[in-house]
Amino acid sequence: MSAKTTIDKTQVALLIATAAFAAAGVIAPYWLCFLTMLALAKALVVQGVVIQMRLGLVSFGQGLFFGIGGYAVGIASNFWGISDAFVLLALALAAAVAVAAVLGLLMARYRDIFFAMLSLALSMILFGVLVKSQGLGSTDGFNVPAQSYLGWVPAPGQQKLVAYVLTIAVVGTVALLLCRYLGSGAGQIAEAVRENEIRVEYLGLSPRWLIYASYVMAAGVAALGGALTAFATGHVDPEMAYWATSGEFVFIALLGGTAHVAAPFLASILFSVVRTYAFEYTPHTWQLILGLVLLAIIVFLPKGLWSLVQREGKVRA
Amino acid sequence: MTTAIAIGMDGLIYASWLFLVAAGLTVIYGVMRILNMAHGSFYAIGASAGAALVTWYFANVDGNAYWSFLLLPAAAVVAGVILGLAVEQGLLRFLYRQNEILMVIVTYALLLILEDLTKLVFGVDPYFAYQPYGLLGRCEIAGLIFSNYDLMLVAVSATIASGAWFILNRTVTGKLLRAVVHDREIAMAMGVNVSAMFAATFVVGATLGALAGALTAPAISVSPGIGVEVIILAFAVVVVGGLGSIEGAIVGSLMVGLSRAAAVHLAPEIELFVIYGVMALVLAVRPQGLFGRAAARKI
Repeated sequence: MSAKTTIDKTQVALLIATAAFAAAGVIAPYWLCFLTMLALAKALVVQGVVIQMRLGLVSFGQGLFFGIGGYAVGIASNFWGISDAFVLLALALAAAVAVAAVLGLLMARYRDIFFAMLSLALSMILFGVLVKSQGLGSTDGFNVPAQSYLGWVPAPGQQKLVAYVLTIAVVGTVALLLCRYLGSGAGQIAEAVRENEIRVEYLGLSPRWLIYASYVMAAGVAALGGALTAFATGHVDPEMAYWATSGEFVFIALLGGTAHVAAPFLASILFSVVRTYAFEYTPHTWQLILGLVLLAIIVFLPKGLWSLVQREGKVRA
Repeated sequence: MTTAIAIGMDGLIYASWLFLVAAGLTVIYGVMRILNMAHGSFYAIGASAGAALVTWYFANVDGNAYWSFLLLPAAAVVAGVILGLAVEQGLLRFLYRQNEILMVIVTYALLLILEDLTKLVFGVDPYFAYQPYGLLGRCEIAGLIFSNYDLMLVAVSATIASGAWFILNRTVTGKLLRAVVHDREIAMAMGVNVSAMFAATFVVGATLGALAGALTAPAISVSPGIGVEVIILAFAVVVVGGLGSIEGAIVGSLMVGLSRAAAVHLAPEIELFVIYGVMALVLAVRPQGLFGRAAARKI
């Protein structure tokens, strides 16, 4: 009973946070909104990594679906003339889910390092294909024109604000859904699968099915993140599917920890703040800093930054 | 017929390069159960060190050009031993109790750190250490022109492969090593110095990675970022053969090398997929790889 009230509290908090973020967009300067949009879109991808991490699987190739989402938006708006943001989001989601539904059949058979390396290899295949496709702009990628919303085209001055509000709305909705999922039976079993897959099988549940579903779900949220990133930056390029991008997602996931649905969001915002300053002061040692921080997290904070927030003995939401 | 010979020779050359790259990875995994993502960095650092030394030699020393063939492996061995010792003693030995997937993340962090350190030490401009490559000239086999340097790589690769096989299967050290691979704890209980074994294995693996880089350096332009593609390729090769098996790495590199050569000559558009295609095919039939032992599922 107490667990249930906690979940509700979290959901209310998420709703309030969503509204607060959306309201902040009106007063905050645009550069801040822009950084927030990118950070939250990235956090969606990280949510996908976290879903799989709860099952004990580390995906080093979430850039695959991040890239698919971005390129679905880019291709649909450039070549098919679709400009409606909601249709574009749906297309990105559908493309990623379709790809994941097929690849998941293969991936659900592998665990541990095999899962990690195969996901990495798959994302690098997409990267290779994108780099070699002249029609898709090769390494430069291409620009994404501005979106319309259900037939409404905002005035050029409003465009950015509307995109910001859309991002907040999508991220808020996904966060709520994920929160409900994590509290559901399937979400709770995830950790049991990580601890001991065979015992979960003995209990009459199918870990492989859960892993498959999580893989597809992670692909879906990653594609939404990619589509929102394409909206925010107005540009897609193969870098989205590059290993370093996927590595960043894993990094943020470990930084936040898997204990709570809010952790990836906080970690992602923290990550972009630090990155903005690090790029300004020490542009050539960014990866060095990342690597050192990653080692520090593994050694000193194995459950991520969220373990600092979480009180001892409290039921997880 | 010419195409068949071309595929065979190109495949062999590519396979020998793949084996050079994959050997260090599989040795480290086989003994230590660590999938070393930083292997790509060892490769890149070996390549940079070798290329930098050779470039310096040709610019500043007016000696016999053939000395550069000794400089390349020398640079690699020095870089590999220093790096391997530093990484193993400074970091990894404290983390041996962790599970495999966490070690992937640890070595990923290492990869990030080493990528930037490489840039800091060697700069971001590419090196062109082409002199050793041109020095050996070319030869003609059945009407096709091949670079002698590439053919020399085949010989080097074969030497390393047979050397590794000999050490593992015909010496006392190899026997001890296989005991550690088989059961770390029992080996320890029998008085095998496992920590020394681990340190030595990691140094050898790192040196093999650096050596692969240094020997490849004359054939490519050495620039930052060459390491990561290598780790994925090496992993593909090693997985086909079975992680941790030298024989597996030989067979895996031959399979991948020949299929890629065939794709390049017959259907260039699928070249990119063929490596992963072979990997996916083998994994679909034998998830543990051709030479791997299937692990029992433990409750």
